[in-house]
Amino acid sequence: MRRRLAGTVFYAACIAAISLTLLALLLLLLDVLSRGLGHLDPDFLSGVPSRRPARAGIMPAILGSLYLGLIVAVVTFPIGVAAGIFLEEYTKDSFLNRLLRTNISNLAGVPSIIYGIFGLALFVRALNLGETLLAGALTLSLLILPVVIIATMEALRAVPASQREAAHALGATRWQAIKGAVLPAAAPGILTGIVLSMARAIGETAPLILIGAVTFVTYAPNPVEGGYTVLPIQIFQWASRPQAEFQEIAASAILVLLALMFALNALALFLRVRLSRHLQW
Amino acid sequence: MSAQAIAERAPSADSKAAPTRRTIQISTAGVARGPLDLADPGDVAVEMQDVSCCYGTFRAVRDINLTFARREVTALIGPSGCGKSTLLRSINRMNDLIPGARTEGRVLFDGQDVTGREVDAVDVRRRIGMVFQKPNPFPKSIYENVAFGPRINGYRGNMDELVEECLHRAALWNEVKDKLKQSGLSLSGGQQQRLCIARTIATSPEVILMDEPCSALDPRATLQIEELMRELSEQYTIVIVTHNMQQAARASDRTVFMTMGDDRSGYVVEVGPTNEIFTMPKQRLTEDYVSGRFG
Amino acid sequence: MTAHTTTRRTDIGGAFPGLRRRRRSRVEQLVEAFLFLSAAVGVLTTAGIVLVLATETAGFFALVSPIDYLTGTVWSASIQPYQFGVLPLITSTLLVAVIALVLAVPVGLLAAVYLAEYASDRVRNTIKPALETIAGIPTIVLGFFAINFLTPVILQPLVPGLGGFSALAAGVVVGLLITPLVASLSDDALRAVPRALREGAYAMGATRFEVSRKVVLPAALSGVMAAVILAMSRAVGETMAVVLAAGTNPNLTLDPRESVQTMTAFIVQISLGDTPQDSIQFKALFAVGATLFAITLGLNVLSNRIVARYRNVYR
Ligand SMILES: Nc1ncnc2c1ncn2[C@@H]1O[C@H](COP(=O)(O)OP(=O)(O)OP(=O)(O)O)[C@@H](O)[C@H]1O
Ligand SMILES: [Mg+2]
Repeated sequence: MRRRLAGTVFYAACIAAISLTLLALLLLLLDVLSRGLGHLDPDFLSGVPSRRPARAGIMPAILGSLYLGLIVAVVTFPIGVAAGIFLEEYTKDSFLNRLLRTNISNLAGVPSIIYGIFGLALFVRALNLGETLLAGALTLSLLILPVVIIATMEALRAVPASQREAAHALGATRWQAIKGAVLPAAAPGILTGIVLSMARAIGETAPLILIGAVTFVTYAPNPVEGGYTVLPIQIFQWASRPQAEFQEIAASAILVLLALMFALNALALFLRVRLSRHLQW
Repeated sequence: MSAQAIAERAPSADSKAAPTRRTIQISTAGVARGPLDLADPGDVAVEMQDVSCCYGTFRAVRDINLTFARREVTALIGPSGCGKSTLLRSINRMNDLIPGARTEGRVLFDGQDVTGREVDAVDVRRRIGMVFQKPNPFPKSIYENVAFGPRINGYRGNMDELVEECLHRAALWNEVKDKLKQSGLSLSGGQQQRLCIARTIATSPEVILMDEPCSALDPRATLQIEELMRELSEQYTIVIVTHNMQQAARASDRTVFMTMGDDRSGYVVEVGPTNEIFTMPKQRLTEDYVSGRFG
Repeated sequence: MTAHTTTRRTDIGGAFPGLRRRRRSRVEQLVEAFLFLSAAVGVLTTAGIVLVLATETAGFFALVSPIDYLTGTVWSASIQPYQFGVLPLITSTLLVAVIALVLAVPVGLLAAVYLAEYASDRVRNTIKPALETIAGIPTIVLGFFAINFLTPVILQPLVPGLGGFSALAAGVVVGLLITPLVASLSDDALRAVPRALREGAYAMGATRFEVSRKVVLPAALSGVMAAVILAMSRAVGETMAVVLAAGTNPNLTLDPRESVQTMTAFIVQISLGDTPQDSIQFKALFAVGATLFAITLGLNVLSNRIVARYRNVYR
């Protein structure tokens, strides 16, 4: 009897733990919704920041985030996929390969703010890009790269060995087998990984603070020159102010950011389902 | 199209004579020709001399001496794990792709050793095609599946014609001619396997290796493939691994029986014309195996 | 129809003059070079990070002795007299991380046990993504949640004397952030325990709870440890939630009700202001960054080591 009771208590604790966590998520969403929905109108979406919360808008921040996500995707796609291919398909057991792999997994654990420091030294100062959107996007690309590489490697690992064998048996060289048979089969997984890491990049704040994305921006950003802002930075600015009105428009901006990330996640899901429809091994 | 019609389209004896080759003479001329003792050395497509294959320190097959005659179907039979796949894959150097796998001895293809490091394994594989146990079409259209090999090998002729011809030869054309754009994975298992055969012959190999090509198929599809093998053997040299005794008996001209020793390394017990192996084998081991008294 | 019967062999690249000699085409070489260089970007990034942190930190240590930095108990970067004793930042960081772990480890672990031992596949496939949603929420949003809801609505009524910014609020919200990480990684570790081990225990009449507690958890212990360490590393490096929730007060305190400044929060504070880039404060930013990098790297390496060890056990 005691044994049964202990089991029941434990089971209840497990359920409680999960409920508690999900409840916190629910509260968070409800709180942001209740605060932010009121301000979420076309004027807010198309307006520019203002010292008066009632007139403030987030158009420059939305554009900044979109540009940023785009640049990050364009930069990380070729490099991340190429690196993933090298690590997964070439010289797998060599010392060099093991070193590179360990390095990637350690990079994935470096705090994002450290990337900000590195981006400041490399892109802003050494390469003289200044505190621009481009410098910020390149910094985030470095941050996202390990994620894209790992997603690529996982997608490649999921392609059955029989596909590679089939290509080799037809007289394909290693690259021909990868390009013609392995990559097309891994494409859904890779694309999903890229879209998800775009979402991650769009939600990042800390590194961009070091790259100077805090200016009060009232115009559409130019990637290579002048100040820029992005949604999380805008949220941070507003959330740092004591007035309740600013907290409310911060909540509205959060809703926009979450909607953007949700859209990207939905796109990733769609890509995965759609593209892998015919991939039943 | 009926099987007969396909047979009629098969090339005549004259046209199928292989073009003369200038081989880089890596092999010494006039080596002993192994147990088959064919009348004309030109009839030997592949010859294995003292071949052993190892995975790391484990010797999977040892001391293989075999000849595979041109335009014949040779069946490879033997208990599971005796190294049939390993032997087959050593012929077109597929084993190179497995880390730690090594092949010793010589595999002569048209008199030329293909095992040497200086020989391009990619070229070997193009000329010695392979069909696998589980149908493995690419997740591309039926058309693109067949066109894959010719494309990567720089084929510049009319691709549509080539695809059609290969699908014809694989006895698949009638079933797929209206849906060439559909995914190869949308076909049934038997159709997929024939697609894989079409894909293999599209690179015009001289030898086709088949590793249990029917083990994932139902009896009807199996018979279709066997029939197809017969037709293909008019033009290609075929080596097939099978666990199905009837299949070996039905579809092959010659049979190789392998088994493994106490050290688990496989070796050839007996080679002979298929009907002899099945009706009057010389070795006790063979007899036990073909009569089903094995293990 | 008969047109197909030509010997097509000669069509492909002419007659074959024997087997080709082994050679790697130019394309093949170029591609491999590009792939390798891409893979090397990671190593270059690591090297770059280490180089930048090392040189800038060396510049800082030319002005402040490393001993004073590592042992000093007062951090005053903006108010004269400037003092750069990093201990308050480190204790603040650890305070927040420990609070986060105290919450996240039991909750995450229980959730993991539920997912691995109790839940059906269907339940699992709904709950796991829901938990992972939390991990995907931008941390700035969690910070916002901490100052607008968690602190005033939940924590302040429960904890007397709690200010608007506190280590406690930061710890709770970071705990929420890392719970999915603990749950997900522990779940992997639990599921890596071989079935046979469980079945052996069930066969002896053990209840599900007993099997979980006495068989599965001990067997997965190192994997769970690795998950906890990784979560700790994540908590230590967390920035935005902490900046908003904990404030910017470099206190040397272990009182969770007080406002504190973590290492990451200091870095943000300096880069937000108009601190001149050659000032000692800006150099301090790099020194703190280097310290943070060293701590998180150490934790990650430790976690990876443990994972590598326990992977081998069941092979
Ligand atoms: N990649 C590999 N690495 C190590 N050993 C292997 C590998 N592939 C096969 N072997 C071993 O080599 C031996 C022969 O295997 P092989 O697959 O050639 O046998 P088989 O005759 O084809 O068996 P089956 O009839 O089951 O297909 C077996 O003992 C097997 O365990
Ligand atoms: Mg086999």
